[in-house]
Amino acid sequence: MNKTFSLANRIALVCVAGAILLGVGPLFWFLIERNEANYFLFDRSLFAILLFTLKQALLSSIISVGLGLAAARAMARREFLGKTLLLNLFAVPQSLPAIVAVLGFLSVFGNAGLLPGLINTYGLTGIVMVHVFFNLPLSMRLCLETLNGIAPETFRLSQQLAFSDRQLFRHVEWPVLASSLPRIFALIFLLCAASFIVVLTLGGPSATTLEVAIFQSLRMDFDVGRAFSLSVLQIALSLALIAIAGRTLVQGSSQYSGMIEPRTDGISWVAKVFDYGALVVAALLVLPPMFAILVYGLPEIMVSFELLKALAFSVLIGGMSAILAVALAWSLSKYLTPLNTVLALSGFIVPPALLATGWFLLFRNISASVWLVIVLVVALNSLMALPFTVAILSEGFKKMGLGHEKLCAQLGLHGWYRFWWIDFQIMKTSAIQALLLAFVFSLGDLTAVTLLGNQGLVSLPALLHQQMGHYRSQEAAGTALILAGLCFAVAALAQKIRSSNDHV
Amino acid sequence: MKKLIICFAALLPFIAPAEAKETLTIYTYESFTADWGPGPKIKAAFEKTCDCAIEWVALGDGVAVLNRLKLEGKDTKADVVLGLDTNITDEAKQLGIFGKHGTDVTLAKVPGGWSDDTFLPYDYGHFAVVYDTEKMKIPPKSLDDLIHGDASQKIILEDPRTSTPGLGFLLWMKSIYGDKAPEAWASLRPRILTTAPGWSEAYALFTKGEAPMVFSYVTSPAYHIVEEKTERYQAANFAEGHYLQIEVAGLVEASPEHALAQKFLNFMMSPEFQNEIPTTNWMMPAAATTVALPEAFGRLVKPTKTLLYSPAEVNQNRRAWIDEWLKAVGE
Repeated sequence: MNKTFSLANRIALVCVAGAILLGVGPLFWFLIERNEANYFLFDRSLFAILLFTLKQALLSSIISVGLGLAAARAMARREFLGKTLLLNLFAVPQSLPAIVAVLGFLSVFGNAGLLPGLINTYGLTGIVMVHVFFNLPLSMRLCLETLNGIAPETFRLSQQLAFSDRQLFRHVEWPVLASSLPRIFALIFLLCAASFIVVLTLGGPSATTLEVAIFQSLRMDFDVGRAFSLSVLQIALSLALIAIAGRTLVQGSSQYSGMIEPRTDGISWVAKVFDYGALVVAALLVLPPMFAILVYGLPEIMVSFELLKALAFSVLIGGMSAILAVALAWSLSKYLTPLNTVLALSGFIVPPALLATGWFLLFRNISASVWLVIVLVVALNSLMALPFTVAILSEGFKKMGLGHEKLCAQLGLHGWYRFWWIDFQIMKTSAIQALLLAFVFSLGDLTAVTLLGNQGLVSLPALLHQQMGHYRSQEAAGTALILAGLCFAVAALAQKIRSSNDHV
Repeated sequence: MKKLIICFAALLPFIAPAEAKETLTIYTYESFTADWGPGPKIKAAFEKTCDCAIEWVALGDGVAVLNRLKLEGKDTKADVVLGLDTNITDEAKQLGIFGKHGTDVTLAKVPGGWSDDTFLPYDYGHFAVVYDTEKMKIPPKSLDDLIHGDASQKIILEDPRTSTPGLGFLLWMKSIYGDKAPEAWASLRPRILTTAPGWSEAYALFTKGEAPMVFSYVTSPAYHIVEEKTERYQAANFAEGHYLQIEVAGLVEASPEHALAQKFLNFMMSPEFQNEIPTTNWMMPAAATTVALPEAFGRLVKPTKTLLYSPAEVNQNRRAWIDEWLKAVGE
């Protein structure tokens, strides 16, 4: 292993671990200082909270990952009209503020929607459906990234061996997927477990999750002690999950970095029905709420100075967060050791509200400037985007394979030179994908800004919430569409760069 | 990357700090400083009266403002804190950072009068059940009517753990039903479509047509009449009376801008400030105005009786009452 790499890895580890400790530490100190050791009791209500958190997150992630995998497989081996469009559209949900997704979902299935009474929107069904809306596209994109990493020679070989579709899945696709699926599942499970607005809006008080309880104790009661204890519970839960998922974490066998060739498997009508069926179901779950956002938002778009300012600020924050997230992920994802994996997911494991509060405590006496707010917002966003960027980049590194490592060692290539001329050139497409995902994710986040105070800086989602808070939900529909449009445009751009890169 | 630098440069003018002049730092909630909120106009009007500048620090909502103060304690950067309501002022006082406002309290015109010398009200609003006249011909006439009415006509509420209107409704129920509140909640339960985390979410669901009723303010219909020219949404007048929300501001005793802060609180009671409140914050002004209220305000429900717990009562009982509510509706 070359020295520069381990140095880069060490820097990333120190950055991420440092960020976490700098958040948790001051909060802990604050508790000790004020003698507020408020130990909570394991009462029945907490058990119910935990149970509901697990139930909804498990259901949401099983459906999201199951369907996402089926759809990704269809995307990997089929060519059809609108494939790129679908892929780009599937980048949008991730950036949408939760309430926008809920309103889009209700435009279709709600009491005043297109299909009223079809499903029970308030309760577990509604919560799971909105979570699937958010996470099915994500899991599809991540699974597709994995499947695209299988070398075409493998498919040619299995064709010569006359593999059936089942044998192909069993011997070619599954071994590759098995190494990434646990991580994708863990990622989506954590996203669903940390969901807040969706759970409260559609679930009501009986549907309390751990995240809701943490939010309540950190806001209404400002019981930092209880928030701390609940967070410990959430951290334990996440670590247990990662431990279970991690046991199956093995390095994939694929060593392919060339361009993707059309596949020839899956010609039986059963396979066709299965693939197109999966695509249709996925599209039906994801596209109608997005269509509603388009229809309700289009007449409301008014280009104002405020909107442009918010757009610029969002792009700035999103861009900086994405670059930082990719830079950190680069050195974390080359070798996914357990420590690297845990740190990559730390933005989800440690509740962001807790981190932001801790950072604020630490920095409040140093500076109160706008720049500090920007730095903290970017840091928090990139930490929360890290799981996505690591998921994408680790696939890229897997593709690059060990042979490449040995070749570089033989040629004596290392350091910055190797990074720029070798690794970066090969990893370009993965890096662009990772940048896109991180950018899109950072656009929709509100946690940092609402906690730290905006000082006149209003991002697009913050503008949307301001509008909704002032009876202006129609203007908010326009803002939501701009946000969605921005993501779509960025996704399309990334796709374009990627395909032009593939053909070089 | 180049684009990023351009965006960055374009933003610079907005984030460059104000220099030289005396600066009054005011903590408030986000919707107060929004472009269509009262913030920008009030800032301009106040800055005319002095050689000073107002710097807003906008946090999520009133509760977020209080939490920021709890974190900062005596080291707070705030000179003035604007946007707490009477449900949380008792807790705020216990922080020991607020000084006397030094303004004549008789200037404040809120239902029930005002005598607090720490906090000064800047607006108020009675809570109300707002209904959609296209979906509901006969609105409930009392809280009792709401609780025992047709369960197919749903209402959207807010969660008292995460929102101030949500807490307002909980206190309303408590002030009418007292020890019988759990039974009242149980009987209301089938009518609740959902309990949203905040007012924004609840109201968005309501205007989307998810339910014919939402918990909001008496003044809500005024927005629709003035801005959207529609009388579709109306507030129901409840026989038992309506629960009140009073929004207040206070000054930080240790602030180096103490005199300026006092001046601002004085200004808050003036027509220049109060005139902006009705059509930007959509609440009732808490002192004399010189511009007549829009005609729509004259058509609003006028509560016959005002219900309000004292800040101390709320502070002492809030947790117990929220637990009681959670038991009644949550399980």
